[in-house]
Amino acid sequence: MNTAWNIVRKIKEHVIEKVILFSGTTSILFVLLIFVFLLKEGLSIFWMVPLSDFLFAKNWYPISDPPQFGILPLILGSLFVTFGAAVLSVPIGIASALFIAEIAPPKLKEVMKAGIELLAAIPSVVIGFIGMMTLGPLIKDLFNLTTGLTALTGSITLAFMAMPTIVSIAEDAITAVPRSYREAAIAMGATKWQTTWRIVAYAARPGMIAAVMLGIGRVIGETMAVMMVTGNAALIPRSFLQPVRTLTATIAAEMGETVQGGEHYSALFAIGIILFIITFIINGIADLYLHRTRK
Amino acid sequence: MSKPAIETRYLNLFYDTFHALEDISISIEERKITALIGPSGCGKSTLVRVFNRMNDLIEGVHITGQVLVEGEDIYAPNIDLIELRRKVGMVFQRPNPFPLSIRKNITFGLEIHNTTRKTDYSGIIEESLRSVLLWDDLKDKLDRSALELSLEQQQRLCIARVIAMKPKIILMDEPCSALDPIATSRIEELMQELQKEYTIVIVTHNMQQAARVSDYTAFLYLGKLIEYGETKRLFSAPREKQTEDYITGRFG
Repeated sequence: MNTAWNIVRKIKEHVIEKVILFSGTTSILFVLLIFVFLLKEGLSIFWMVPLSDFLFAKNWYPISDPPQFGILPLILGSLFVTFGAAVLSVPIGIASALFIAEIAPPKLKEVMKAGIELLAAIPSVVIGFIGMMTLGPLIKDLFNLTTGLTALTGSITLAFMAMPTIVSIAEDAITAVPRSYREAAIAMGATKWQTTWRIVAYAARPGMIAAVMLGIGRVIGETMAVMMVTGNAALIPRSFLQPVRTLTATIAAEMGETVQGGEHYSALFAIGIILFIITFIINGIADLYLHRTRK
Repeated sequence: MSKPAIETRYLNLFYDTFHALEDISISIEERKITALIGPSGCGKSTLVRVFNRMNDLIEGVHITGQVLVEGEDIYAPNIDLIELRRKVGMVFQRPNPFPLSIRKNITFGLEIHNTTRKTDYSGIIEESLRSVLLWDDLKDKLDRSALELSLEQQQRLCIARVIAMKPKIILMDEPCSALDPIATSRIEELMQELQKEYTIVIVTHNMQQAARVSDYTAFLYLGKLIEYGETKRLFSAPREKQTEDYITGRFG
């Protein structure tokens, strides 16, 4: 009787363990499958266009005859927009995180955290819409341009999308700094600011770097908003006041027009591979720093 | 008797409505070790945190009465808190070196107080590490992270970074409670050494430790100062019944 019960229990444990193992491994399996699929569909472009041409040729004319598949303008478009968004969102995001974690009184802190979460919850198409209708015209008038849909517009719009990620992860990192560090600094006569900047922010640095990387990861992968506000001209950008087109927007905009299995089709998948590699690296760096914080 | 390093007069402290310290009048002598003992929650940690105003960080604390450090009322409105905390250093229960290099841990105090020229830093680093007997072990590792040190070394470093600021008084809030017995006895030896130059106030729940290291002992119970006097006398012939019950282990 007793042994039967034991056997049932053992089987139950075993089944639960396997189910959890299966769920855990499926997510990894899916990532692998996606990557394999990307490779399968995308790699064939390199039979026609060598990798170096694909990455560094200056023209993206996928439907001209003969087609030209140089994604340099798209890479630079993504870099411009991402760099601009980072310049805007990193200082503001880190400063807000420090304010929320260290300075804000408890009630304001709650309000601000809720506000940041709300910002993260706005669908990207809505942010893109607002950017297109209000920010675009503003930038057009401000700089006297023919179009307000520029790299700068994209940067500002995306800064709003990176901010919630940066603020909430950086804030967690700052809050996780042990109270004893603050006590020690204050007991030595440090001011609030000296304590916050020299000790707390320093101790939270790995977490803040991770926050920035994840924020940038979000910006690079963002498609909808950026497609709506950057003007989508696949040209090599010379300034922030020109229209640009990003890697993501290119895939989204052109995939519908391609022939499955055609050159253009596989070129777009190859862009997908490049994006996958970039985000993989960025997330990897973020992960590295997050682990360092936890140690 | 020389002038007291710290003196309180009818000190009362409230956490909101909770009366944590009641009418404490105590006079702590210069360059002696004074131990504050008593059961948990008796107010000994609260009292020691009055002396460098660390209680200011807790919301809802208010204080009546007078606290004089070297004759100066530290709750006067025009007091320079930063200077007070330079003069009255503190060592905490758990070693809490900053997550910086050993060198930076010591220079942090010098930088924020800006009283020393940068060229004098290396001398002060050596001097303060020597006085806690870490110099020989660490002189080649000054740029390593302080978190790599053993707990005992970390606690010594915490004492060294306080000493680097040239304080008058060092407050120690159960400085050995995270350490093993051997490390504890070595820190106690260090305290004896430091007493030649500094006034030390140590909070401890370990009566043997109080008996071993201190010159004077104050026994607190439920926020009141029950008895205060020379350590030898207090442990051998306590005047109060409660003191006797506590030191003989009948409660606490």
